[in-house]
Amino acid sequence: MQAMIDQYKAAICAAAEHKTPLQIRGGGTKHFYGNLPIGQSHMLLDTAAYSGIVDYEPTELVITARAGTKLVDLEAALDRHGQMLAFEPPYFGEAATLGGCVAAGLSGPRRATAGAVRDFVLGVRMLDGKGGDLRFGGQVMKNVAGYDVSRLMVGAMGTLGLLLEVSLKVLPKPSAGKTLHMQLDEAAAIKQMNQWAGKPLPISATCYAGGELFIRLSGAESAVRAAQVTLGGEEWVESEVFWKSIREQTHDFFQSDKSLWRLSIKSTAPPLSLRGEQLMEWNGSVRWLLSDESASAETIRRAAKDAKGHATLFRGNALHAHVFHPLDPGIMKIHRTLKEKFDPAGIFNPGRLYPEL
Amino acid sequence: MSPQELVNNLRSFLPTESVLHETEDLKPYECDGLSAYRQLPLVVVLPRTEEQIIKILQLCHATKTPVVARGAGTGLSGGALPHAQGVLLSLGKLKQIIEVDPLARTARVQPGVRNLAISEAAAPYGLYYAPDPSSQIACSIGGNVAENSGGVHCLKYGLTVHNILKLRVLTIDGECLEIGGESLDSAGYDLLALMTGSEGMLGIVTEVTVKLIPVPEKAQLVMAAFDDVHKAGNAVANVIGAGIIPSGMEMMDKITIHAVEEFLHAGYDLDAAAILLCESDGSAGEVADEIGRIHAIMQQSGATKISTSRNEAERLKFWAGRKAAFPAAGRVSPDYYCMDGTIPRKHLADVLRGIEKLSQEYGLRCMNVFHAGDGNLHPLILYDANQPGELERTEEFGGKILEMCIHAGGTITGEHGVGMEKINQMCSQFGTGELEMFHAVKAAFDPAGLLNPGKAVPTLHRCAELGAMHVHRGEEKFPELPRF
Repeated sequence: MQAMIDQYKAAICAAAEHKTPLQIRGGGTKHFYGNLPIGQSHMLLDTAAYSGIVDYEPTELVITARAGTKLVDLEAALDRHGQMLAFEPPYFGEAATLGGCVAAGLSGPRRATAGAVRDFVLGVRMLDGKGGDLRFGGQVMKNVAGYDVSRLMVGAMGTLGLLLEVSLKVLPKPSAGKTLHMQLDEAAAIKQMNQWAGKPLPISATCYAGGELFIRLSGAESAVRAAQVTLGGEEWVESEVFWKSIREQTHDFFQSDKSLWRLSIKSTAPPLSLRGEQLMEWNGSVRWLLSDESASAETIRRAAKDAKGHATLFRGNALHAHVFHPLDPGIMKIHRTLKEKFDPAGIFNPGRLYPEL
Repeated sequence: MSPQELVNNLRSFLPTESVLHETEDLKPYECDGLSAYRQLPLVVVLPRTEEQIIKILQLCHATKTPVVARGAGTGLSGGALPHAQGVLLSLGKLKQIIEVDPLARTARVQPGVRNLAISEAAAPYGLYYAPDPSSQIACSIGGNVAENSGGVHCLKYGLTVHNILKLRVLTIDGECLEIGGESLDSAGYDLLALMTGSEGMLGIVTEVTVKLIPVPEKAQLVMAAFDDVHKAGNAVANVIGAGIIPSGMEMMDKITIHAVEEFLHAGYDLDAAAILLCESDGSAGEVADEIGRIHAIMQQSGATKISTSRNEAERLKFWAGRKAAFPAAGRVSPDYYCMDGTIPRKHLADVLRGIEKLSQEYGLRCMNVFHAGDGNLHPLILYDANQPGELERTEEFGGKILEMCIHAGGTITGEHGVGMEKINQMCSQFGTGELEMFHAVKAAFDPAGLLNPGKAVPTLHRCAELGAMHVHRGEEKFPELPRF
């Protein structure tokens, strides 16, 4: 494995010397996500081969694996011990890797209650833009030595370095689960989800689609049963299939040629008056919008900002708009400086996150 | 700028009572919770508004004056130790709870608000702020952000970094940044994570938006005694292996049990080599279920005595002993020194044996309390500062414990921060490349290196000197070496 790291180092040093951009690729399942890379003649840095679980101690609730490890293999290993990645990462394809999952920073249905990818990252090993082999964080849950550089890698879209290994906190799978559904209008659904989130209920996911509110309960059998009585509604039998279709965006809603926007906003924000179909997740703090371009990117971004959040052009024509929400100048200045420090030659995925990075 | 000029300048925009510079007024600020390190600042400022802080920072930036931020001063690593040529910026007067939004389950507060005050303000809505460091009645939320504070419930509910949404931050040149947001994520790099635990080195936090979560319906506690530390460690692994995430999981060793029991009469078994406290919270049914399983696991793991709290009073009584561990140390010894390492739990028995050996070697007693669920160990070294050389021996002993934590695959600080105290051990935990990157991160926010200089990240020069000389803590020759 060290030989592979040496190869990556050599590739990075050569790229830095010749200022040739590198395109980091794991399983290639999130290729659609992010801006088109800037510059010509990208060299592909393929991480899929650098794979395998390095260390897994179920009773320590920590797993360490190489970035090229397939999520499906990682989750299978956890499953054998009744554990899981609690942030339910979307795969968007069988080939999805741990490195891509962390770099894209996307989380699934359980995010609102369990936390996001960044909440479970404990440490990383990475190569910086000079080929330096660096380790941040560690394999323990409480660690405040040094700045939290490992979490900084989450969602950075590979612009700060090449991830080699990641340590994650894992959690036991809940012993019981059930999905309920009920008809509600959008405003009522928003209020209801937020009210329930303030009560000690075992709700692990919420979704509002097609005029129906779906609620997943997870936990001890007794808690799930009690909550079902409190919440009411009907049981939705195809529970697993439904939540997988939301996580993987295979649900009917997502089967569209229109641009898909992700508005991440304050959960209690009232229904957004934007043209296009919507689907809500995470107690209302994520609103997916299918837009037929009749609403401009600016309009969508203004609506997200007014709702105390930001908008991402998740899938769609990135020629028309930047994928990620523009940053305030002061924040962008820090981003640029960080990029210069981690990647002085600007070779890692240039432009994928922002044109300036 | 002379000290007098600095004071005059500060007084031009701050009320007289907000600028302290007489030695007797500075004295209360000479140390934080780690009283072994003391230093008077040039001046202490006590602003009441963000505008005042901006002006203070602009002045310090223009005059290249170091700034050390301080919350309640309860930190245990010397993070708020003043700088001799600097301004100590106390945020203690900014203690307004600006807004509690019960439906969105958030609270927006000023940095000087006490940790517990947030939960008190949220209580009418059935909500609370989860991280509960032991100092929560006194410590401030600004300090919690700076240290990424945890508490006894963080295995289940997370640390500060998991429980905050947004920060208003002033950079050293007085620019205001909004980091994070009221949504669950924000665009760009995760600067919120970078700020959390940055020990006042990157910016000054002037407002914090925290998450609030529902108060669990019920909590119950199992107390189990073991005749062997190794068995107790296995019991913890067995509970977690069974798919249970206890809301609290604490361990005490024999010397702690005796110190505490003598002091508090919590009903601890004096014959035990270790006692485990394991708490479950949730709905009544869930708790009943989980407590039953925990009880059975403790039995299978070889517990010699198991008690389950029968009511809230008893639960609090069981906890009282654990919570009194530090005062008990203060009672059995004139002084004690609290360490804070984290280890993968499987190495607990080995590390405790190692500590025991060091304890004999140094002729100093050591009590061990342990956040067993997440591997965070707090050895309390008992010493007498009036005995010549005993503090130095204590610091050396402590330093060796931290090195042992690193060797076990852990870290030199789980929740107290590096501050001034563990700056040398940072050289053991990290290599040159990582330390360079930490300095680069610092420079991205504070290029002139004026915020809390000399803390948290050692210079490479310092590490090189340490490595070359194999200097132990307390025997260091060049404390005046520049650090940033």
